[in-house]
Amino acid sequence: MTDIFELLKGKPEDSDYMKKGVIVQGITGAYGSIHARHMIRDGTNIVAGVTPGKGGQKFEDSVPIYNTMQEAVDATNAKISIIFVPAKFFLGAAKEALEAGIKLLVAIPEHVPIRDTMKTLELAKQKGAIVIGPNTPGIMIPELIKIGIMPVTPFKAGKIAVLSKSGTLLYEISDSLTSAGFGQSITIGIGGDPINGTRLVDAFEMIKDIPDLEGLVIVGEIGGDSEEILAQRIIDSGFSKPTVAYIAGRAAPKEKRMGHAGAIVMGTYGSAESKITMFNKANIPVAKRPVEVPVLLAGKM
Amino acid sequence: MRLLEFQAKELFREYGINLLDSKSSTNIEEGRKHAKELGYPFVIKIQVPVGGRGKAGGIQMCHNDDEFELKYPQVMNLTIKGEKARAILLEKMADIKKELYLSIFLNRSKRCYTIIASSDGGVEIESVKNQIIKEIGMGDVSDEVASEVVKEMGLDGKTADGFVDTLKKLSKLTIEKEAELAEINPLAIMQDNTIIALDGKFVTDDNSNYRHEELQKYQEISEIEERAEKSGFSLVELDGNIAVVGNGAGLVMSTLDMLSDNGGKPACFLDVGGGATTESVYEALTLISKMSRVKGILVNLYGGIVKTTVVAEAFLKAYENNLIDLPVFSRLKGTESEKAKEMLQGSRTKIYDSVEEAINAAVMGVKN
Repeated sequence: MTDIFELLKGKPEDSDYMKKGVIVQGITGAYGSIHARHMIRDGTNIVAGVTPGKGGQKFEDSVPIYNTMQEAVDATNAKISIIFVPAKFFLGAAKEALEAGIKLLVAIPEHVPIRDTMKTLELAKQKGAIVIGPNTPGIMIPELIKIGIMPVTPFKAGKIAVLSKSGTLLYEISDSLTSAGFGQSITIGIGGDPINGTRLVDAFEMIKDIPDLEGLVIVGEIGGDSEEILAQRIIDSGFSKPTVAYIAGRAAPKEKRMGHAGAIVMGTYGSAESKITMFNKANIPVAKRPVEVPVLLAGKM
Repeated sequence: MRLLEFQAKELFREYGINLLDSKSSTNIEEGRKHAKELGYPFVIKIQVPVGGRGKAGGIQMCHNDDEFELKYPQVMNLTIKGEKARAILLEKMADIKKELYLSIFLNRSKRCYTIIASSDGGVEIESVKNQIIKEIGMGDVSDEVASEVVKEMGLDGKTADGFVDTLKKLSKLTIEKEAELAEINPLAIMQDNTIIALDGKFVTDDNSNYRHEELQKYQEISEIEERAEKSGFSLVELDGNIAVVGNGAGLVMSTLDMLSDNGGKPACFLDVGGGATTESVYEALTLISKMSRVKGILVNLYGGIVKTTVVAEAFLKAYENNLIDLPVFSRLKGTESEKAKEMLQGSRTKIYDSVEEAINAAVMGVKN
């Protein structure tokens, strides 16, 4: 598997070591422009933007805009892109990025049809690329690189990995962790859709061997069985770093979609009880409230 | 969206899947007409968007006019898992030899479509024995996979052909309508060895609605839900008395959990989306003002970069315009919270430092 840290940081001999270039697809849109500005302010090296028909212009007088991903990649050699286009244009934008050689695609749009996500993932697999999302807040190494829409104030550089299906809960729980003195080595938003480019278990594989990792926090929610599969993988892999989970949606009614397209319990499939049972089996405590996460983590240290 | 049985069967019929004669109605006059057209005996089936109808008495056999006059209203007036009848389906009785199970569903963890088939159908999927499971990528069923399935099910001759035909049609339907689940349970082998779909469950991907104009007639949406959708909100109505509002699905679910843990009864789940502005919070309050059961509002916003004063303005505006006259218990994480508290001084909106405090106050406040 492609090393996520190598993609995000690079190697010491790279000219852009610790400052990897990121292309923003949909940089002139209402949403894309706000977050491109925030990412730049937060220290991410935005090297290009793409908006068809606006090639040759500059974003904020500094970031060159191209008509196509191919042109943007040719000009910058970037391997990372973040997509901010309306859901119905997502598949086209994702294909363009993957065909142009992007290796890490962060898919922000919500409401992408499942078949479009599946087609994107098929192509990504052929190209050996990682897709984060869709419907994700993004991925971040705090104080180094932010490819997403999250505020930076809740986060602090550190040694805890946080994997989350939810955006605001990721901020909330990271905030509690930061206040308790637990900084984060990486935070990955999986996204709230039924089909995820990077599943919880894939994200776990990406982070489990970080040499100085001191703990793992999993923020799950009802729907699907990715928490159960992750718990099983943790058992099977013998992963022994302190790990704590939180599951949202215990009180949600069955067969109702709770905001996220993926947050739905069908029969017993996707229920909070099923996830909590599996985490308990893996000896991973499950917090009842977000604020309990750092307390339980400290208890495991 | 989740289709009702008779709606799923309309699609099945369109795709050539074998069905018994049936007719759906929404009142007894219409039903009487259908009864004459179909002729006795037939089955009266409640149309609700939840499972477990049979056990709840929602499926009744009917042999004559007297039974019809008695049972039609009985079934029509049932409430199953909180769901009232949307329609009544009258369906001819079948001479069944054996009940099978067949579904094609979106396998989330494997990220592909999957067939589940069994020669022991007619019970809920959790209890279906001898499940045959085949992963089929984007949903196409090859001849090879189809023949593997019938072989493992132990079908042959006319029944095997009929089953393969149904499986292929169901696959085409799943792909073309972008379904997350297409289930036929039971799928019956009749005395003459033909294959017939006796029930149908069909769930489509809401995110693909925009390219399925032909399915819009099946969309069931309340006025409040429709308004919420227009504003980019997610709203799920619940039956308690404390409305729960927040930004982000995970955060609102989490708030719902904590409220329930502390004895509160949520009246709705309302996610205003990632950001929060004066306008979005005001619109959320407008929607809540239309729910008569609501006695208090619990707000949990994690702004990060949102100014809480911007949200406070929405509350003030709502009181000023007499939009709401309800107590609001809020936790607003973000900048300028001291100023926001000052702005709301003397109003019915209280700001708390933690969500726990806001929840406790809401549970107490609504009781009193």
